[in-house]
Amino acid sequence: MKLPVKMTINGQTQSHEVEPRLLLVHYIREVVGLTGTHVGCDTSQCGACTILMNGVAVKSCTFFAVQCEDAKITTIEGLAKDGELHPIQQGFWEKHGLQCGFCTPGMILAAWQILDRTPSPTEEQIRHQLEGNLCRCTGYHNIVKAIQWAAENMATAKK
Amino acid sequence: MATVQSDRLFGKSIKRREDPRFVTGRGTYVDDVKLPGTTYAAFVRSPHAHARIRTIDTAEAKRHPGVVAVFTGADMTGVNSLPCGWDLRQSKNIPGVVQDLAMVPHMPLTSDVARHVGDPVAVVIADSRDAATDAAEKVKVDWEVLPSVTATDKATAPGAARVHDAAPDNIAFKWELGGGDVDGAFKKADVVVKKRIVNQRLVANAMEPRACLARFDEATGELTLWVTSQNPHVHRLLMCAFVLGIPEHKVRVIAPDVGGGFGSKIFLYNEEVVCSWATRQLKRPVRWTSTRREAYLTDAHGRDHVTDAELALAKDGTMLGLRVKTTANLGAYLSTFAPAVPTFLYGTLLNGVYQIGAINCQVTGVFTNTTAVDAYRGAGRPEACYVLERIVEAGARALKMDVAEIRKKNFIPKFSGAFQTLVAVSYDSGDYGAALDKLLQMFDYKKFRAEQEAARKQGRLLGIGFSTYIEACSIAPSKVVGALGAGAGLYESGKVRVHPTGMVSVYTGSHSHGQGHETTFAQLVADELQIPIEQVEIIHGDTGQIPFGMGTYGSRSASVGGTAILMSINKIKEKGKRIAAHLLEASPKDIDYVNGSFQVKGVPDKAVPFGAVSLTAYVPHNYPDGLEPGLEETSFYDPSNFCFPFGAHACVVEVERDTGAVKLLRYLAVDDVGNVINPMIVDGMVHGGIAQGIGQALWEGAVYDVQSGQLMTGTMSDYALPKADLLPMYETGRTVTPTPVNPLGIKGAGETGTIAATPCVVNAVVDALAGLGVDHIEAMPLTTERVWQTIQAATAKR
Repeated sequence: MKLPVKMTINGQTQSHEVEPRLLLVHYIREVVGLTGTHVGCDTSQCGACTILMNGVAVKSCTFFAVQCEDAKITTIEGLAKDGELHPIQQGFWEKHGLQCGFCTPGMILAAWQILDRTPSPTEEQIRHQLEGNLCRCTGYHNIVKAIQWAAENMATAKK
Repeated sequence: MATVQSDRLFGKSIKRREDPRFVTGRGTYVDDVKLPGTTYAAFVRSPHAHARIRTIDTAEAKRHPGVVAVFTGADMTGVNSLPCGWDLRQSKNIPGVVQDLAMVPHMPLTSDVARHVGDPVAVVIADSRDAATDAAEKVKVDWEVLPSVTATDKATAPGAARVHDAAPDNIAFKWELGGGDVDGAFKKADVVVKKRIVNQRLVANAMEPRACLARFDEATGELTLWVTSQNPHVHRLLMCAFVLGIPEHKVRVIAPDVGGGFGSKIFLYNEEVVCSWATRQLKRPVRWTSTRREAYLTDAHGRDHVTDAELALAKDGTMLGLRVKTTANLGAYLSTFAPAVPTFLYGTLLNGVYQIGAINCQVTGVFTNTTAVDAYRGAGRPEACYVLERIVEAGARALKMDVAEIRKKNFIPKFSGAFQTLVAVSYDSGDYGAALDKLLQMFDYKKFRAEQEAARKQGRLLGIGFSTYIEACSIAPSKVVGALGAGAGLYESGKVRVHPTGMVSVYTGSHSHGQGHETTFAQLVADELQIPIEQVEIIHGDTGQIPFGMGTYGSRSASVGGTAILMSINKIKEKGKRIAAHLLEASPKDIDYVNGSFQVKGVPDKAVPFGAVSLTAYVPHNYPDGLEPGLEETSFYDPSNFCFPFGAHACVVEVERDTGAVKLLRYLAVDDVGNVINPMIVDGMVHGGIAQGIGQALWEGAVYDVQSGQLMTGTMSDYALPKADLLPMYETGRTVTPTPVNPLGIKGAGETGTIAATPCVVNAVVDALAGLGVDHIEAMPLTTERVWQTIQAATAKR
C-alpha cells in the first residue's frame, strides 16, 4: 500500500506515492535523490540525518515521510544561497570543523538551530546543544570553533 | 602561464580543498552511488553466540514479492575462506612464535556453525531494501544452540566451549619477545610492582557505516566494487587471489568518499565478498549498506587484552626489568591483520621511551564467540603504551616518586639515527625529554600540584595524569614485515602525470577517509614543482586509475605515500631537464629547476617555464633520439624503517567523591610527529585521537553477556561514544624531530592522540583517588559506577 505525500524541499515541491513505513531520511535520499543527508545509526543517536523542517532542526530518521505533508524542508544542499556558502558552512571550512565529512551536514544544520536559538552562544551552550550529534573524527574542538566563527560573522553581518 | 609560487606551502595551515563538497552535501559516499537495476542484499545472521546449523529453509523467503535470490553458504561453491594476511608459523621462521597460528577457516556465509552473534548464514537479494529485509525474516534456520565463551580470561579455561576444532583450548597462537636478563633484573630489584591491566574491547564506530555496491558487466566481464575501504587495492587483491579466484585485471575497486575508518575499513569482510559473488550470478548490481546494529556485530573490534605486568625498579627509580603476559582476544575468526596487532604492533613497543634493563613479553592469542578483533586506531601500540604508562606510574607511587620525575630519570637520551630496543625494533630519532619539558611548561606543573593539595584539604578530589608515549608508524618496511609474517609488502605507489597544459594529476595508493590528502599532497606537489596548487589534482581510491597501493592505516600516508609522490616528482624534473636542454640547446646537466622554470645554470634569461616543457613533452616534433614523448612517472617507495613519533600528554580530572563522576578539566598534548605539512590538519587528527583515547578511558566498551554471549552494547544507545559536552578544548603543542628515514622528515600523525590519551586519563583518575588509598584501577571504562565502587572499596579498607 502506498500513500501520497507532498512537501517542499529546498524550495521545490516534491510529490510522490510512498510506503507508509518509509522514513523521511530515506525519502530524501532514495526518492528525492538528495544524498547530502546521511544515515549513521538506527537509534536516532548520531544526528547525521539532521535537516530543517519548518524552521526547526530535526533528525529526519524520526519521521515517516507521510507525516511530513506540506512541510517546508531544508537539507544541506539548500543552505548555500546563490553559490555563497552560509556562514556556518564557511565556518566549518575556515576552522577545519570536519574531517571525513560524514557527520558534517547534520552538524551544520544542528549548528543552524543553535545559532537561531542563541545567536551568541557560550562554548558550554554550543557543546550542550551539540549533544545530539556525534562526530568520530574531530573530537569536537574545531566544530565548536567553527560555530563560534559563524556566530561572530553572522553578528557582524547583521550590524 | 600561471603565477609562480613564491612561498612554500609545506608547513602552512591552508584550508582543505575537499571541504566545499562536504559542507554542501555533495560528497559521494558508497551509499550515495546509484545505479539502475540495483538489487539490495539483506543478511540473515546468527542470533546465537555459538550454534550449529541443522537446516536452513529459504523457500518462503524466495516466494516473498520482490525477492530475486536467496543464497546460503552451500550455494557459494568454489568460494574460499576470507584470508588472514599475517602468518605466524615457526616453519616460516617467524621470530617469537612459540605455538603456531591456527589458520581457521572464515567462510563468507558460514554453513556448519555460527561462531558469534551476527555471523552471516544467508543472504536475501531483492528489488528493494524493504523487500530484502522483510524476506530475510522469513529464512528459517534450525539452530542447535551450543555453549559459548566470550570473556578473554576465560577462553582457555578447562571446559570452555571450543570455537574451532582446529584450535584446541581456543589458543590461536603463542608468541614471545624480549631481551636482557629479566630474571636477574627482578632478583636485584628494590621494588617490584605487579598489576593486572585490562584493555577493554572497543568498536571503531566510523560515522559512515560500511557499505558496498557490486556491479558485474556481462558484456566486458568486468566487476566494479564500490566499497568503504581504506585500501582498495588490498581489497581487490584479497578478493581476487584468495576468495573468489576471479581475474584481478577485470576487477575495479573504488573507495570514493569514505566516512572515517579508524582501522575498521582496512579489512576484507564477508558482505563485500558475497555481494561481489552475487552480482556475477545475478548480472545485476547488488548493494548492501550496514545498519549501525550490524556494524556493532560485524565491524572488526579493537583491543581486548588482559595483561599481567610486572616492573622491577631500583630505589632511585631506575627501570630494571619489565615482564608482560598478555591474553589477546581475537574473536571468532582471524580478521585480515589480526595476528599482527597483539604481537608485532604490541610487543615491539614495550620499550616505550625508556631505557629498561630487560624486557620479556608473552602473548597468547585466543578465539572466543565474539566479533573478530583487528586493528583499531593505534592497533597494538595503544595497548603497549597503556601497559607501560600505567605500570610506570604504579612504580612511581610505590617509590613515592613524582610521576614526571620517574619518567625523566628513565628517558632514552636524545638521539638521531638508531636506538636499538630490546624488543626487535630500532627507533629512528627521538628527544623525549624535550617533549615532556615543553608539556610541563605549558601545564605549569608545580603550580598545579600546589592547587591540588589545597583542593584536597577542602575535600575535592583533583588528579593529574601523564603519558609519555612512542609509536611505530609509517608502516612499513617490506623486508621487516615480510620477515615477521606479513603476506604483503607495505610500500606505497605515487604516479605523477603532467598534462600538456601543465596541469598535474597525482595518483596515490594512499586513501583519504578524513585525513585531507587532497590538500596535503597537493601542498607537497605544488612546492616541489613550484606551481600554483590550483594546477594540482590528487586522485585516490580507485584501482582503475592508480597503479597499485597499500592504502591508509598505521599513519603511513604522508611519510610513505608522500615519499612515493616525491620520488615521481624528482623523476619528472629530471625528464623535464632533458626536454628543456633540448629546447635551450644546452646539456641536461647544466639545467636547474628554479621558480617553476627550467633554466641554464646561472643564466636566468635562458629558461623555459614548466608549462612549455609540459607542452613540448606531448608535441615532440623535433625531439632528439632517445628522448621519449610524454611526461608521466610512477614510483614505489618502500621505507627502510618504521618511523617513531612520540610525545607527552597530561590531563587534569576532578572526581566527585559522592558519585564517582569524573570530569575532565584540562587536556594538554605535546606531540612530535616529525615535519608537518599542514599543522591545522595534524592538530585536527590529534584532537580526534585524543577524544577516542578519552572515550576508551571513561565511557566506551563492548560488553558481552557472559551467559548468552549476546553483545550488550550493540547500538549507539548502549555503546557510549564521546559527545561534545563531555570534552574540553585541547591544549596542543609540538616539538619537531624530523625522521632520518624518509626525505620528507615526516613521521606520521594519525594515531598519536588515541595512544597517549587513554593511560593519561586513567592515571589522572587514580591520582585523584590516591589520597583515599587507591593505587590502581584494573579495568576501563572509568564510568561513574566503577569509580564509585573503587572509592567504596578503598574507604571500606581504611
